[in-house]
Formats: sequence, C-alpha cells, structure tokens
Amino acid sequence: MEYFVQQLVNGLTLGSIYGLIAIGYTMVYGIIGMVNFAHGDIFMLGGFAALIVYLVLVGLFGGIPIALALFIMILVAMVMTGLWNWVIEKMAYRPLRGSFRLAPLITAIGMSIALSNFIQVTQGPRNKPIPSMVSSVYDVFGISISLKQIIIVVVTAVLLTIFWYIVNHTPLGRAQRATEQDRKMAALLGVDVDKTISITFIMGAALAAVAGTMYLMYYGVIVFTDGFTPGVKAFTAAVLGGIGSLPGAVLGGLMIGLIESLWSAYFTIDYKDVATFSILAIVLIFKPSGILGRPEVEKV
Amino acid sequence: MSDNLLHVKDVETYYGNIRALGGVEVEVKRGEIVCMIGANGAGKSTLMMTICGSPQARTGSVTFEGQDITRMPTHEIARLRIAQSPEGRRIFPRMTVYENLQMGASLDNLKYFNEDVEKIFTLFPRLKERQSQRGGTLSGGEQQMLSIGRALMARPKLLLLDEPSLGLAPLIVKGIFAAIKKLNEEEGLTVFLVEQNAFAALKLSHRGYVMVNGKVTMSGSGRELLANPEVRAAYLEGGHH
Ligand SMILES: Nc1ncnc2c1ncn2[C@@H]1O[C@H](COP(=O)(O)OP(=O)(O)OP(=O)(O)O)[C@@H](O)[C@H]1O
Ligand SMILES: [Mg+2]
Repeated sequence: MEYFVQQLVNGLTLGSIYGLIAIGYTMVYGIIGMVNFAHGDIFMLGGFAALIVYLVLVGLFGGIPIALALFIMILVAMVMTGLWNWVIEKMAYRPLRGSFRLAPLITAIGMSIALSNFIQVTQGPRNKPIPSMVSSVYDVFGISISLKQIIIVVVTAVLLTIFWYIVNHTPLGRAQRATEQDRKMAALLGVDVDKTISITFIMGAALAAVAGTMYLMYYGVIVFTDGFTPGVKAFTAAVLGGIGSLPGAVLGGLMIGLIESLWSAYFTIDYKDVATFSILAIVLIFKPSGILGRPEVEKV
Repeated sequence: MSDNLLHVKDVETYYGNIRALGGVEVEVKRGEIVCMIGANGAGKSTLMMTICGSPQARTGSVTFEGQDITRMPTHEIARLRIAQSPEGRRIFPRMTVYENLQMGASLDNLKYFNEDVEKIFTLFPRLKERQSQRGGTLSGGEQQMLSIGRALMARPKLLLLDEPSLGLAPLIVKGIFAAIKKLNEEEGLTVFLVEQNAFAALKLSHRGYVMVNGKVTMSGSGRELLANPEVRAAYLEGGHH
C-alpha cells in the first residue's frame, strides 16, 4: 500500500510536468488548429535557460537562497522561451496561416530541429548536470516525499490557477476564447487577432519554461535531446485529455504521469511507453476526441 | 458633406476572382436609418463586411467620419465604434450570453458596462433570463437578439445590422424594429441595415438603396421606394399590406 501511494506521488510529480507542457500544445491547437511540434524543444530551451541562470547566479553570488534562485530561473526561462516562441510565431507560422494545413506543421518540425541543433552546438551534445539544489526528503507515514516533488506540484497548482483565471475571467482570456471560436467575429468586435495568437504562443512557452525548470531541478541534468520524449508525452497527454481543452491537458498530463509510474513500479519499465500509448489508443477508440474534448461535429 | 458618417465610394470587392461588388456607392448620414434591400446573392452581406474590412475592397474607398478606412485592419475599424450584427449572427457558441455581451463592450467603455448590460436586458428580457446559458444552445431568435445586443454594447456610432429580422417571430421583429427606431430617435444612433423584409425595413428607414448583382440600382427615401412600382414588383409583392 505504501509502495502504491509512493508511486502515486511520483506519478503526480511527473504528471505535473507533462501537464504544464501539454497546455502549450492544447492552447495553440485550440486557437489556430496547429500542432506545434517545436513545443517540446521550447520546454528543453526553458530547462537550459534555467540552468545557465543558475550557474550565473552561483558564479556571481555564491550561495543564494534556493527559493530566490528558483524564482529568478523560472522568470528568465519564461522570458527567453516566450521571446523565442513569439519570434517564430511571427516569422515562421504567421505567414503560413491560411495556407494548407501541413505547411505550418512541417515548419514547426523544422523549428524543432533548428532549436535542438542550436542548443547542441552552443551548449554541447553532452548531459549538463546541475548541482542538487533541493535535497530534503520528508517521511510522511512511510512514504518519502521530496521537497522537489512538493515544489513541483505546488508551483504547477499555483500556475494552473492563475492560468485558469486568466483564460476564464479576464478580457485577454475572453479574447483568446473568442479568437478560438470565431476569428472573424472576434476581429469585428475589436479583438486584435494576431496579437491574441502571439500572446497565446507566449503563454504556452512560459508554462513550458516552468516545466523545463522543474524537470531540470527534478532530474538534475538536461541535454539537447530532452525536448523530444517529454514533448511527445505531453502531446499525448493533450490528445488523451482532448486537444483544445485546458482541463483536458492537465488531466491527460496527470494520467500519463501516473500510468508511467505505476507501470514502471509493477511491470517491466521497458514497456512503460507501450502502456502509455496503448491506453491512449484505447481511449481514442471509445472517445475519439479525448476524455474532455468536444466532438468535432459540435464545432461551429 | 460633413454630416456624412459613412461614405462607400465605387467599391469593388472580390472573392478570389469572383466579383461580388461592382462599384457600390452608399452614403449614411449621422442620425439616419438607411436600409439596403436586394435579392439573395446580390452582395448585401459582402457590403456590410467590406465596410468592416473583411474582406477589404479591391478598389474604391470606404470613409468613416472623414477618415479613409479602406485598408484599415478589421479590429481597428471596430474600435472606431462601427459595430456589426453580421449575417449568421456569429454568437460565440461556447461562451455564455453574458460573456458574449462582454465581448461586445469595447475596453474603453468598461465603466459603463453594468449600465449598458442592463439596457440590453431591458430591451431583450429573454437574454437576462438566459445570461449564464451558453450561446450555442440559444434558439435562433435568442441568438439574433444576442447578436444585436452584443453590437449595441460597443456604444456604436454606426450600427450595421445584417437581416435583423431573420428567423424571428413577427412580434419580436416588431419589437426589434421599434427598439431600433427608439435608439435612433432618442440617442441619435445611426443605423445601416440589410433586410429581406423590405416592407418593414423601408417603413423604418429614412432612406433606402436597392442592390442588384453587386450594384446599387436605385435609391431614395423609404417612402419613395415603397411607392416605386419596380420595387413593389420585385420585393414587396405578396408583402405585408
Ligand atoms: N466567401 C465567399 N467566397 C466566394 N464567394 C462568396 C463568398 N461570400 C459570398 N460570395 C458570393 O458573393 C455574392 C454575394 O454574396 P452576399 O452574401 O453578399 O449576398 P447577400 O446579398 O447578402 O445574399 P443573401 O440575401 O442571401 O444573404 C454571392 O454570389 C455569393 O455566392
Ligand atoms: Mg446576406
């Protein structure tokens, strides 16, 4: 039983990271119907930005309170990835809006390759370790919960709350949803559609940057290929939860995190991805639009 | 000339290679109600959308308050307070009635928001009852009310209505037309509307235009057009009188 709960905790942590990344996929898909294949690399870029910031901070100040360091790391990573996503949306994706559906998709794959190669060239092809920042582990009724895990889950919960509030209760969020539902009408009501789409890309990137920072802190190492696997997992999470749905992305992320942890705990770890994708396949057979997705026919 | 709020001059609009408007000339003066009548496919909705820059006119010009808006992006045109209730209503289906109205309110008018919503709810009490219902689940008539209400939330200087009576029960149509007249008389709201319901529209309007195949073929006061034999034959036969 304790073992099981332990795996739940691990799964929840991993799932939080997937969920944060998945939101970027789902929002961009929702607003312009495009799968942003470069999003996983944005996550990786966020991790690297955080790492560099950490090294700079330690170099400049030696010991720095860990909470403050994390805060600055997250902030800079958000700005960096936001900037990157803003630029590629404007330069690479926007000119292709309205062309055939595959064009932006292929461009996104290109952007993904460009970004990971850029990091490979500038940061080297090897694993980059970060000194253990947070190492406390607590024992709660026989289950060990690390401070890292608590930080990840709490940061995720706080961000999701802020995010949920923005999307549902602010003029910006309304403009985003309006653009998603009827772009032309949104413009007729004074919504700057291009700007709204830009902001959506920036928001998705910012959340991915947080995920990247958390990932770096959790695993203590990052490498230029790290955008791929978590990216694919998070995309799977978005599809599983119902692409276009924000709660779906979070739910999907948590489910995949839990499936992976539990499968690795009770069965062979080699097959954990098989398990994940099998469950995706099964869900999609019964609910093609994902768990919380709405059926395509309802789309107006 | 200076009391011209809107001036559409020699406008041609294309969809790809298909010409939908072939040199349209329309004027709307401050405080007027002007209507455009015409058969299906004449280009009425295209004209409404061209005024809002979506699609933009290929040639000719659209001038609003003396400013050339022909090449202005749609959202900036909207911010000049040209509000449209477009063809098909275009309610945001997954937003509540209240949120749809919020979308209508322009950001610099937020201080009037509550007052304006109350006004819309007085005009269309149905919307008040349904304010937390999702737009997509409203009946056709309710969506029409919401679409008009949403346009009014912008405190428009020019209100564009594309077939406001479409799909509504006669009593509701009467109510809506009465409301338009009242807003026009009491608040000086300028309205440019497109209607299939030519009789009611011409009676309501100060002036009217007739469009055939993307061109304006006739214009005159509402009364003149109502009395015109050609108009009667084409648009009013079997009408409401
Ligand atoms: N998006 C489009 N692409 C191509 N052609 C279009 C498009 N929209 C309208 N048209 C064409 O332009 C012409 C004018 O259409 P428009 O919708 O302006 O007519 P309308 O007068 O509003 O008709 P109705 O009374 O039926 O609403 C029609 O021939 C129509 O087929
Ligand atoms: Mg029409």
